[in-house]
Amino acid sequence: MVVYIARRLVQAVLILLGVSVITFALLYMLPADPVRQIAGRSATAQTVENIRRELGLDQPFLVQYGRYLLGILHGDLGRSYLQRTEVSSLIAARLPASLLLMAGAIVCELILGLTMGLFAALKRGTATDQALMVGSFIGVSAPQFVVGLLLLYLFAVRLGWFPIGGYGTFAHLVLPSITLGILGAGWYSRMMRSSMVDVMRQDFIRTARAKGLARSTILFRHALPNAILPVIAMIGIDIGLFMSGIVVVESVFGWPGIGQLAWQAIQRVDIPIIMGVTLVSACAIVLGNLLADLVSPLIDPRIKLQ
Amino acid sequence: MKGFLASTVAGMALGLSLAAMPAQAQDAAVPGEGTAQTNDHQRDPNAKQGGSIVITYKDDVATLDPAIGYDWQNWSMIKSLFDGLMDYEPGTTNLRPGLAESYEISDDGKTFTFKLRPGVTFHNGREMTATDVKYSLDRVTNPKTQSPGAGFFSMIEGYDAIASGEADSLSGVTVIDPQTIEFKLSRPDATFLHVMALNFASVVPQEAVEEYGADFGKNPVGTGAFKLADWTIGQSLTFARNETYWRNGLPYLDEITFQIGQEPIVALLRLQNGEVDIPGDGIPPAKFQEVMNDPAQKARVVEGGQLQTGYITMNTRMEPFDDKEVRQAVNMAINKDRIVQMINNRALPANQPLPPSMPGYDTAYEGYAYDPEKAKAMLAEAGFPDGFSTELYVMNTDPNPRIAQAIQQDLKQIGIDVSIQALAQANVIAAGGAEDQAPMIWSGGMAWIADFPDPSNFYGPILGCAGAIPGGWNWAWYCNEDMDKRAAEADSITDPAKQDERDRMWSTIYTDIMADAPWVPVFNEQRFTMKSERMGGADALYTDPVNIPINYDYVYVTDVQ
Repeated sequence: MVVYIARRLVQAVLILLGVSVITFALLYMLPADPVRQIAGRSATAQTVENIRRELGLDQPFLVQYGRYLLGILHGDLGRSYLQRTEVSSLIAARLPASLLLMAGAIVCELILGLTMGLFAALKRGTATDQALMVGSFIGVSAPQFVVGLLLLYLFAVRLGWFPIGGYGTFAHLVLPSITLGILGAGWYSRMMRSSMVDVMRQDFIRTARAKGLARSTILFRHALPNAILPVIAMIGIDIGLFMSGIVVVESVFGWPGIGQLAWQAIQRVDIPIIMGVTLVSACAIVLGNLLADLVSPLIDPRIKLQ
Repeated sequence: MKGFLASTVAGMALGLSLAAMPAQAQDAAVPGEGTAQTNDHQRDPNAKQGGSIVITYKDDVATLDPAIGYDWQNWSMIKSLFDGLMDYEPGTTNLRPGLAESYEISDDGKTFTFKLRPGVTFHNGREMTATDVKYSLDRVTNPKTQSPGAGFFSMIEGYDAIASGEADSLSGVTVIDPQTIEFKLSRPDATFLHVMALNFASVVPQEAVEEYGADFGKNPVGTGAFKLADWTIGQSLTFARNETYWRNGLPYLDEITFQIGQEPIVALLRLQNGEVDIPGDGIPPAKFQEVMNDPAQKARVVEGGQLQTGYITMNTRMEPFDDKEVRQAVNMAINKDRIVQMINNRALPANQPLPPSMPGYDTAYEGYAYDPEKAKAMLAEAGFPDGFSTELYVMNTDPNPRIAQAIQQDLKQIGIDVSIQALAQANVIAAGGAEDQAPMIWSGGMAWIADFPDPSNFYGPILGCAGAIPGGWNWAWYCNEDMDKRAAEADSITDPAKQDERDRMWSTIYTDIMADAPWVPVFNEQRFTMKSERMGGADALYTDPVNIPINYDYVYVTDVQ
């Protein structure tokens, strides 16, 4: 176990290194010039060159990347080109909001996904099953931007149940969590359905039925715990899904998380922020996957860590 | 470059006052003899003291450091936190002294002596002196500060030495005594007083800048009407009234809260709900018709002009646009009225680089009338009877691709096949800055908005030789040395009595440039500011040409006391 974790962590470091090289190289090759974004257009050629030199952007790629890497090894993500603030403090200020939103989304997708999947499995082959699966399909394919605006319009503007975007109270959390969670809910309902259908076919369920146990007892005591575990193990993988989702959802709802930060930085070619958010997201995804892998054998003893 | 982010903004109210641009500040400052007097503001008799308002913005506020901030959102925020030697009368483009009490200009137009207002204190309680003014200018021009505005100060003696790193202080700026500061210019420059009113010339206290270092932008200390009370990154900023502000009785508001990260459409909904007072990014285009068709909502919209021009550049160094006749033909082929209609009449058709509210705008100039037949004939004369194929670069956010399609259709009429390259803003900017990449660019989303209300501001970087360099903003790559000479000559007229003559010189520079037709000036955007019912103050404050979107120091709310 310890060896396994150690090996995975070494792999994780290599993955992060790879991500950093590729992202840095892509940003380096962009035709867009970050210095021009900083300087604006009234700046003289001399001002532009002065800024380029001060930021070290006149150096060759390897020097720039080397400096960046050296910074990271010292725990320094650099300073934003446009805000001049340390990237680490910008991310730290915004990370709690993103984590809260993800937690809300996990709760939403589990509640929605598991219930839908359960019902679909119990009503297998009926119109309810079909309707639920079509619903989950829509959930998986609907663009989050549209879902977010629809929810905002319906529940915040028309019905006034929730605030129109923003951050601060529990009520602010509900709509963005649902928007972010709907995609996952679609996946979970499908997984839950097949897992449940699978379990209900198992011998031990037949035995329980033969013993004459009540239907609810069979369902909640025997079937559900077995069906739900493999589904739960997927949560770690969700984090990767969320990392792309928060960029959109946070922008729609004015949620002050790192997705919004990344979006604004991309528009203005603020390379240190783009790098910082990318690395933090990559860390989260790597850790999420590791977590999913570690949890699986606990849930299902047949799975062995290699 | 505030225009950088400007989607739709701007001030018609200033139309009249602009004609009298020299204004009383300059009238009084007749070289050698005059001393401009302080124009203290007249208190609005209806103004009420107190209350707080909520303003929303979509994008984060990058920094509140006046040497660095150059965004849509932070431009006027910085104006309320800091002051410079010069300033503008609220709602107009008329210069007036700010931290300076008065100033004198020498006969040769090369020495400016400012008397500072006594008893002005920074937010940290210390009194502001001439040493702070000198420090602030040394700081903004020092390359280590990385100020985008450093180049504005190039007329001050010693600028070249500091910009090249040879000196760390401007030799042309001298502290005479704690209340007096003298500027020596290397050339007479009529724009100098405007430059002293730019955010970049704001006076900052050295001790605070040194205490916070690179984080000064998050911990601003100035002399302005408001001070920063709270900044929750990514969420909100709160400005509190500066109780000891040197302009008596100002500001009227006790507090302003800027909520960040709000989509314009969400901001509009919240305004209708009474939760927001000013949506800082304006009315979203998709909702514009709806708002203007509803009398109740329309009543809360203030419309004004702005110092902005949207234009198509034609790269004069690429075939076939190196041929003047081709460029003139394109000018005649564009149906500007239709483009204006496409954006719901949020703009007025343009025929010259300067916007109508800018001094020097030539009202008599007729430009190139829309005439596809004549355009086609000219194209044939130029050797393209069957037209040609070319590319139009455009920013990929609405309404710019739609406008590009209209241009495409118009040019199709005269046989020019245009393929549209819709790219992210930064990529369009990069293409324009390369000498042989973008034959045509539609400037929408990146259009020029004046840094200060002076006709010269539409020349240098976008039409002068200085901008026709790799990475420059002169995307037409138009470089006419004769024009450069005439521009320099016009700017050397510092005598306020000759202001009209100078404006006329600029007028003919721009109309003569149009004879060469490097651009198709398409429209001048109007600005539409929406406000909540309780907001008070003259309409001009809501379309202030300098404090965009609104002049925070002078507006008030009607529901207090």
